[in-house]
Amino acid sequence: MKTIIVVGNGMVGYKFCEKFAATQESKNFKVIVFGEEPRPAYDRVHLSEFFENQDAKALEMAPAEWYKENGIDLVVDERVSDIQRETKTIITAKNRVLNYDYLVLATGSSAFVPPIKGVEKEGVFVYRTIEDLEGMLGYAAKLKEKNPNARAAVLGGGLLGLEAGKAVMDMGLEPHIVEFAPKLMPRQLDARSSKVLQLKLESIGLNIHLSKATNQILGDSTITGMEFGEDDVLDVEMLVVSAGIRPRDELGKTSGLEMGVRGGIVVDNKMQTSDKSIFAIGEVALYNQMIYGLVAPGYDMAGIAVNQIIGKVDELMPAEIDMSTKLKLIGVDVASFGEPFMPASKGHSVIFENKTQHLYKRINVSLDGKSLLGGILVGDASDYNMLHQVFLNGMAIPEDAAQLILPATEGGAFGSALDLPDEAQICSCENVSKGQICGAIKDGSCEDLAGVISSTKASTSCGGCKPMVTDLVNETLKSLGKTVKNVICEHFEYSRQELYGIIKAKKLTSFNEVLDTCGEGHGCETCKPLVSSIFASLYNDTPNKEDVTQDTNDKFLANIQRNGTYSVVPRIAGGEVTPEDLIVLGQIGSKYNLYTKITGGARIDFFGAELNDLPAIWKELIAAGFESGHAYGKSLRTVKSCVGSTWCRYGLDESITFAIELENRYKGLRSPHKIKGGVSGCIRECAEARGKDFGIIAVEGGWNLYVGGNGGATPRHAQLLAEKIDNETVIKYLDRYLIYYIQTAAPLMRTAAWLDKLEGGIEQLKKVVIEDSLNIVEDLENEMQFLVDAYECEWKQAIENEETEKRFQHFVNSDDRDDNLVFVPLRDQKMPELWKN
Amino acid sequence: MDTLLLKYKSVKEEEVKVWFKAAPISAFPKDGGACVKYKNLQIAVFNFSRLNKWYACQNLSPEKQENVLSRGMLGDHKGIPKIACPLHKKTFSLETGENLNADLAPIATYPVKIEGENVYIGFSE
Repeated sequence: MKTIIVVGNGMVGYKFCEKFAATQESKNFKVIVFGEEPRPAYDRVHLSEFFENQDAKALEMAPAEWYKENGIDLVVDERVSDIQRETKTIITAKNRVLNYDYLVLATGSSAFVPPIKGVEKEGVFVYRTIEDLEGMLGYAAKLKEKNPNARAAVLGGGLLGLEAGKAVMDMGLEPHIVEFAPKLMPRQLDARSSKVLQLKLESIGLNIHLSKATNQILGDSTITGMEFGEDDVLDVEMLVVSAGIRPRDELGKTSGLEMGVRGGIVVDNKMQTSDKSIFAIGEVALYNQMIYGLVAPGYDMAGIAVNQIIGKVDELMPAEIDMSTKLKLIGVDVASFGEPFMPASKGHSVIFENKTQHLYKRINVSLDGKSLLGGILVGDASDYNMLHQVFLNGMAIPEDAAQLILPATEGGAFGSALDLPDEAQICSCENVSKGQICGAIKDGSCEDLAGVISSTKASTSCGGCKPMVTDLVNETLKSLGKTVKNVICEHFEYSRQELYGIIKAKKLTSFNEVLDTCGEGHGCETCKPLVSSIFASLYNDTPNKEDVTQDTNDKFLANIQRNGTYSVVPRIAGGEVTPEDLIVLGQIGSKYNLYTKITGGARIDFFGAELNDLPAIWKELIAAGFESGHAYGKSLRTVKSCVGSTWCRYGLDESITFAIELENRYKGLRSPHKIKGGVSGCIRECAEARGKDFGIIAVEGGWNLYVGGNGGATPRHAQLLAEKIDNETVIKYLDRYLIYYIQTAAPLMRTAAWLDKLEGGIEQLKKVVIEDSLNIVEDLENEMQFLVDAYECEWKQAIENEETEKRFQHFVNSDDRDDNLVFVPLRDQKMPELWKN
Repeated sequence: MDTLLLKYKSVKEEEVKVWFKAAPISAFPKDGGACVKYKNLQIAVFNFSRLNKWYACQNLSPEKQENVLSRGMLGDHKGIPKIACPLHKKTFSLETGENLNADLAPIATYPVKIEGENVYIGFSE
């Protein structure tokens, strides 16, 4: 078995491991990886995201276990300090000596710190590693304690410098960018696009200083400013140096490998150094007299080195390397591809500039006007993927090249992504072609976008090509005659909204009737409850009518809990309950030995009821004047309320009274998902109404009505639908809003997600609900009034019908109970024993 | 706990030694199910009337070992009749007992016959 030692565990070093582990031959090799940082390789391209979430794990390329699973020894926090080429050994900083058959140098680069006087002062940082960032964060926090308006400068207006600018801005410091050249991103942008970018960045708060040569860093031991000329000083309390990179090539130097004049380890197109057993890849490698500071060429180099080592010696690095880039800088799209700057002798440029919108687009076209040579996009890079493909594949361009960049016309100038040749490289980071993406669908190995992404890895690195991959997958599915639309399940080729329309128009009333009219097969756990819910919304059919097509909760009018017992929740509208009623509840809970808790919706929940006991419990509840709380249904749950002006010294209106009225109006209303409401008596918002599907808040002069709020996994504040309206208008708008939601939402879609998806959002909803733009509000109101009038307590129905009681027997041939139920004590109550698996 | 699962073993029609008279047909809802007690076993029995067929399987869900399958929902997946567990919608073929949407162990299935107005389940002991 041969040993490969990889020195460096950055993005490129990791990519070498990933590509190597994927080969058949990898089992014949032992791979050992050394990283000097304390953690496994992470995504440096997205380093500035670390500021947003402070989560180093989220940036990881792969967790430490990945290396183990693939038989790779990962050694972190240990630098390789020397190479002995004669004996093919390496020595680490911890004085370990290891033999190698192949050595792969992926040591990357370090930040280049120009030799400016005073650059060693406290408060000067480089921008390269998570540790650098943590240092900056700590320092910035201290600065801000002393001076909330502290300023920080970034030395360098290139790609990384601007990222660093965003980082210091996110830290709450006043950001200044200092660049030596007369333009920003001098390698990628021309003077005009730099100007547009500068305007945009200034508009969001970055201060830009161009053509500034820094003479010295001011301050005693700590930085207080930067001096450019005699009277030209910028006061700053922190400085981040981002003036370029320098290859980490010390090992090459000390071991006598051939080096470039200005650094970098020289490699050939096999990624081999002057020693055939030693490879260099990524930013330490000098190829074509160039250091390539981008991820994509680094990944390609890793692939070449893998192939060379396993014997695929014909795999060589191409002579020309595509340096096209697209990135989002501080929320601004910036892209350049091919030859961004082109001498007039080689072709013509077509330029579109709109400074009011911070937009700049330039394409360079050959003299004969037939091919695209390169270009620059600032402000809107949505055309980048397509332009880049046209350039890479030498595709024909329209006679009037301006069509490629002019604001979109009908159909666009490009046509379909499917027109690209199969070899077109769609994902340049992972080197995935159009043929591979479409092929994965065509050969049947993948069925959807998620499958294609996980099998080809396309779009998993920078993600820039994701829209194009999505288009390709959808177009390919369409070309194969597969529908991409959201159908309910294999039994219905319709969306929920379409099926709702069909059932309503054809007045269908049973599940089998619906299935025989417009479906196929025999239904399933997805379509049966959905159709039942539509029946309930249209005809107010309760689950008692056709119980076999109901979800288990609706079938037994109770929420199934994890041991197969049920919970019982009577309605306590608005959370208002008399002491006498509380006593009755206590007696019933005690009689049936139920675990009892107050819910988040301000009512009482009994747990641990056995199926057989449910009818008896409900008989007693109903006799005491309670009714179903519909806690088990995709339906209105509660309308939560504060005490409002009834009791509260700040209250502006009677929120409890209104909450009770609304809860009683909409109780039993079945919908695509559960619905919750809230009413607050003043803007202190004690009922948390804006976290609900509808929320009403009393203000001077009426109620403000908010819709589409949510708690749960994706909390969302409800949005304002109408202001200062009276009780009657609130009800009118709510009727319209709720029925419109019920008619048009997808299955199991809460109002927040529905409002997000609604084209035009809240403004469109206002048009429909308030201005009646669709001319439907009368129908909406009538449908709601029908449902309100037709309401019946479904538990009352159930206990009054002797037939339905059969449903609640655990055994059909015995009065016995489920004898496997085991409860254990919990505080003064009980709970089901824990699951064993 | 696994002993609970071990109580249930599929029975083929030719292995039946006892045809247990469970209940009248009318006790089972159309296109729905109910649970039958036989000795110390709980058997879910389904009246798949759209297919004009009857099926029986263990009532015990192999996922969390709760006796709930008879309360699940009937359906089909590409023509295979199936039952969806009410706890987490794990689905099982009613013909082979195979889990259709995860890697759970298969459930045991039993033969059913209808004689006169009654439903019989076949057991090997």
